[in-house]
Amino acid sequence: MPLVFAGVCSHAPGIVGRADQADVAAKDRLYGAFDDMRRQLEASEPDALIVVAAEHFANFFMNNMPSFAMGMADYYEGPIENPEWLGIEKTKIPGNRSLSERLIQKVMERSDVSYAEEWKFDHGIMVPLHFLTPSYDLPIVPANINCQGPPLAPLHRAWAFGEALREAAESVPERIALIGTGGISHWPATPDSGKINEEWDRRFLDQWSRCDKDAMLSYSDNQSYLEAGQGAFEIRTFITISAATEGAEGTVHFYEPIPIFAVGCTIATVNL
Amino acid sequence: MQKFLFELNRDEDVQSRYAADRRGALTGFDLSDEEQRALTEPDIGLLFHLGVNGQILMHFAALHSIEWQDYLQQMRDGLDKHGPVREGVYAVTGYEGVQTHSDRLGQTSNIENGR
Repeated sequence: MPLVFAGVCSHAPGIVGRADQADVAAKDRLYGAFDDMRRQLEASEPDALIVVAAEHFANFFMNNMPSFAMGMADYYEGPIENPEWLGIEKTKIPGNRSLSERLIQKVMERSDVSYAEEWKFDHGIMVPLHFLTPSYDLPIVPANINCQGPPLAPLHRAWAFGEALREAAESVPERIALIGTGGISHWPATPDSGKINEEWDRRFLDQWSRCDKDAMLSYSDNQSYLEAGQGAFEIRTFITISAATEGAEGTVHFYEPIPIFAVGCTIATVNL
Repeated sequence: MQKFLFELNRDEDVQSRYAADRRGALTGFDLSDEEQRALTEPDIGLLFHLGVNGQILMHFAALHSIEWQDYLQQMRDGLDKHGPVREGVYAVTGYEGVQTHSDRLGQTSNIENGR
């Protein structure tokens, strides 16, 4: 069945963990946008949600690092982080092993993907779920793109992964929702944390909104690093969503640099 | 170092062993005296200088309940004391520091808002 919902959002740990340190009005605007996204997601009546994330060494390490991976389990756990620090309690998150296996099998026809029967979520997935499925009652299919440890798969392969995800979703009878979650420009977990290149972000989001494949695939990691920090490697997650919804335009419902959250906070959906 | 931190960050059993005996929890890892010291004190600034990936280090700092601004400052102090990041993604990609980067881009850093 065609995708029933698609969008992108931020996942920075400070969004929940440092909420009390943010400008109240800015935080409330962001939280309101997350609530609107949740309502849109719920209205699509999904059977499962694929979360294309950029995990941060919660499961995959440099001894065996997949460029692309998907979870294949009946439940997951998270967050790995100190719950007090992240502001999210440890919990079990439902999965659907059968659905994952069928999706992965289909993705493999077009794209190389690893699978994992064990997966612990870090903030990269837990923060979006905290807002979008706060009761943890929707089965999740986690997907990871290595955006942390170079060498990284080039952007055109993130695009191909998205095409494969679309075909996989269309091949199963379940109603599949899809989100990508990552930062745009940011320097997370460095002394530069809090720096945001708003102009760079808005240019990329404009390209994303128009599903401008050529523009999005023209970025180089070296240039992105110089202009937008190592966190910008995570544009792969946004590009994957564009590929999975090629031909449809997106709407950016919220974009605002919130330095204490260390990212230009973004909420956007695709007009399917 | 990073392998130990990876396992520590995600495994509550390792966290219990580390809480009970920090140096003992490092058994089986090939670490220099400097690295062992950085991991047991812990010395966030030295770990950043030595090339521990920031995401791994951030989760480690969270485990120790180090307050956010202290954590950022400890990384800055580490660079001041020990020098640039020695290896890893931040060295490979040319980590240059806040002020240098802002100057080169001709931007006013908006980090101050986050402090």
